[in-house]
Amino acid sequence: MQLTLWSYEGPPHIGAMRIVASMEGVHLVLHAPQGDTYADLLFTMIERRATRPPVTYTSFQARELGGDTAELVKTSVGEAFERFKPRVLLVGEACTAELIQDQPGALARGMGLPVPVLSLELPAYARKECWGANETFYQLVRGLLKPRVPEAGRHPEPRPADRRPRANLLGPTALGFRCRDDVEEVTRLLASVGVDVHVVAPLGATPEDLLRIPEADFNVCLYPETADQTCLWLERMFGQPTVKTVPIGIGATRDFLDEVGRIAGIDVTDAKSPISSRMPWYSRSVDSTYLTGKRVFIFADATHAVAAARMCAEELGFTVVGIGTYAREFARDVRECAKRYGVEPLITDDYLEVEKRATELQPELMLGTQMERHIAKRLGIPCAVISAPVHVQDFPARYAPQMGFEGANVIFDTWVHPLMMGLEEHLITMFREDFEFHDAATASHLGSRVGTSRPAEGGSESQSAAEPADSPVDSPVQADASTVIWAAEAEQELKKIPFFVRGKARRNTERFAAEQGIQTITVETLYDAKAHFGR
Amino acid sequence: MSVQQLGRVSAAGDALPVVVRERGQRQVFCGLAGIVWLHRKIQDAFFLVVGSRTCAHLLQSAAGVMIFAEPRFATAILHERDLAGLADCNAELDRVVAEVLERRPDIGTLFLVGSCPSEVIKLDLAKAAERLSGVYRGRVRILDYSASGLETTFTQGEDACLKALVPELPQLPSGERSLLVLGTLPDVVEDQFARLFAELGIGPVHFLPPRRTTEFPPLGSGTKVLLAQPFLGETARACEARGASLLTAPYPFGAEGTLGWLRAATEAWGVTGEVLDAVTAPAIARAQRGLAHHRASLAGKRISFLPDSQLEIPLARFLRRECGMELVEVGTPFLDRQLMAEEMRLLPEGVRLTEGQDLERQLDRLREDRPDLTVCGLGLANPLESEGLRTKWSIELVFTPVHGFDQAADLAELFARPLRRAALLRV
Ligand code: SF4
Ligand code: SF4
Repeated sequence: MQLTLWSYEGPPHIGAMRIVASMEGVHLVLHAPQGDTYADLLFTMIERRATRPPVTYTSFQARELGGDTAELVKTSVGEAFERFKPRVLLVGEACTAELIQDQPGALARGMGLPVPVLSLELPAYARKECWGANETFYQLVRGLLKPRVPEAGRHPEPRPADRRPRANLLGPTALGFRCRDDVEEVTRLLASVGVDVHVVAPLGATPEDLLRIPEADFNVCLYPETADQTCLWLERMFGQPTVKTVPIGIGATRDFLDEVGRIAGIDVTDAKSPISSRMPWYSRSVDSTYLTGKRVFIFADATHAVAAARMCAEELGFTVVGIGTYAREFARDVRECAKRYGVEPLITDDYLEVEKRATELQPELMLGTQMERHIAKRLGIPCAVISAPVHVQDFPARYAPQMGFEGANVIFDTWVHPLMMGLEEHLITMFREDFEFHDAATASHLGSRVGTSRPAEGGSESQSAAEPADSPVDSPVQADASTVIWAAEAEQELKKIPFFVRGKARRNTERFAAEQGIQTITVETLYDAKAHFGR
Repeated sequence: MSVQQLGRVSAAGDALPVVVRERGQRQVFCGLAGIVWLHRKIQDAFFLVVGSRTCAHLLQSAAGVMIFAEPRFATAILHERDLAGLADCNAELDRVVAEVLERRPDIGTLFLVGSCPSEVIKLDLAKAAERLSGVYRGRVRILDYSASGLETTFTQGEDACLKALVPELPQLPSGERSLLVLGTLPDVVEDQFARLFAELGIGPVHFLPPRRTTEFPPLGSGTKVLLAQPFLGETARACEARGASLLTAPYPFGAEGTLGWLRAATEAWGVTGEVLDAVTAPAIARAQRGLAHHRASLAGKRISFLPDSQLEIPLARFLRRECGMELVEVGTPFLDRQLMAEEMRLLPEGVRLTEGQDLERQLDRLREDRPDLTVCGLGLANPLESEGLRTKWSIELVFTPVHGFDQAADLAELFARPLRRAALLRV
């Protein structure tokens, strides 16, 4: 038993739903009680999908237990088939059905439907959402393509010289982070080096599209969390190589192009610095100097966490002070990455541990999921969202990819925005004695709302799932009710520190004093603390 | 499934509407969703669901992930090894409870909430609550109820929770009388009702659930029970079993419903109709002024309710009689004929009333009917909007103050807003 307040991932059948909701022409019959139908709202409210996920829930009740739940499965399968006419039918069970063991997959198979019926094993008491998505996609691709696997030892035909190389983009799903725009951006990126995208799956794919996967020269594993098993199998069975670099960030995008070039046998040099790639110059421009060494804590799925760490360190000049993931299946990648930056990796699905680590680290920026947004809000730390799970505001109307050169532009804007603009920071420092620049004056973009006190914590409890989040920039936390005392001159000195870092200076000094057993904070202590924390 | 219209069942009396019962796929929350508002109301209670990752995910989705304070609910998620043996499972539960109570020393009552998985593996939470009560006696009260989707639909979770509180209520000394109002009401509404009862000379008045579990109301044969929510049948019957008597009334939605509801109490207390009229006249006038604003957008518009919260029938009555809407179909997940008797009388003859759900067929009817407004759950709202149907999410009806005279206009506004918006948009 595990005590859970908030969770990063749903059960594995939610992963299966993400696959079928991404596709057309497939339908999932889920053996589950009525309450499990809540899952539809994730797709229709959070992602604002205009159609219900193609899922039929058997909705069994207590009175059917031990009696006709099996019959209910058959009726549900029959009716779902009649109504939705899927070209592939999947059958799975949610947690409760797993316990009553009706074998819905076998029941459905026995019905002699004229389409492929795939039975999913989704161990609800051992696995989670990403695993379920990965497994479902794999079962689907394998189930459809198995009859077409060439005999062992038969290699794929080389690409005719007059045909452009073809790639499949595998892994984007419903409820994924920015998948829609990443697909478009990577398609453009590949077009820029003369590669055609053949099949995108599961997002927007039909069963027939899946059958065309082997016609491409290679696969791009866009989201390993959902597609690595599939790519591996295709590599083994069809000899299709996999491009494994995930093109998030300038460096990774260039590496991605190199990898594509190597696999496709083409020259990609000209595509590596398009004029639309503004991020490198923005990062080099003088106003970005203030970004140097900003301390960042990253917690996300493995792919986005690792990519973010590289961007932070190499492309924005931040300092990675912590990194972690909730995706245990991919923990190894994050551990390796943590080693590279000399930090302790945090592998957990308990958001309280993440909060604890964030509190200890006191980063200047948090990059995370919806959950970290809330942690950051509580701690008064600027935050940007970089990975699922996300909320409604992370499905923007505008084009906002994370991948490729445009993705890097977008990321520069979104990560730097919560930090104060350099020029503004200088101005405030310059005018800090000016009567108009004081703690109570609010930043220009915040309007007059934040100057007054914000609603108490918990004030936004029990908002419904679709309500928008608060602004990404949050008010600083209240000063600690600490036992240490501030000497009058120290207090005066503190007031000379620009207000937007004053809260932090106060906290750090008090922490330093507490650690050193200092009772009264003097000007001396203030500067000792400053030296101690190195800023 | 198939067209499982289990016969046409006529509700008591001939003039009453005919109810069509349906079975099939549903699109509703299970009773766990009630925790979202119950934990806000009972401020010293903690709800520990013993269930699966699905249950945790449902709670989180129903609450919205917008809560950034540490919530007073959590899930003890069962893992593979918990399924191996019940002895270990109980030991694990004790450990998790200890962890919760250590984190939250401010908790007065801990509810162990059963789910589908805990029921199927026959984990006896009543026994566990008893065992743990022994351990934490004098410090924390430990109760249990089941909100599993096998047995409860959405608001029935509150019924199960309140029913678990009934045995805890102190005895009302014989010879004394009191009014007990059942059902979670926002504090502001509760205070309005308390003032009205005081002006009417009715008292003492208590509310269940209380704001804190240290303030349990008494219960006994002198207790008159008045339901503020229509979905509390089990709790009402548990109160009756302890000698209390149930007042029959419509539910306090709209001016008419609220007046009828108060009248039931005045009659029980022997307060005259003149007093009732005098006390309520200003509030009724205010409600009517407020309603007038929205009647223009609502009158003559056709509305359908998909089965969800059991509030459908009282709300349909309000929207028809006070806002002039036309009822196309009124679906309810479960129809308690006894508790709904007064409301059914106020529905027009021939209204299409359905109990239970067979989702796809219901949607077929909806597409055929094309009402101006459909009340439905969050999962269905956007897909229906994309088909050109205007919708109102039902979950707001249990989160927002909608009871009583002074909220009548707000209640109407909830339904008028999507229609006004549809009229505005040119995109
Ligand atoms: S329906 Fe059952 S399994 Fe599903 S969330 Fe509700 S209690 Fe949990
Ligand atoms: S103060 Fe506002 S406008 Fe200026 S950088 Fe910060 S967020 Fe942007």
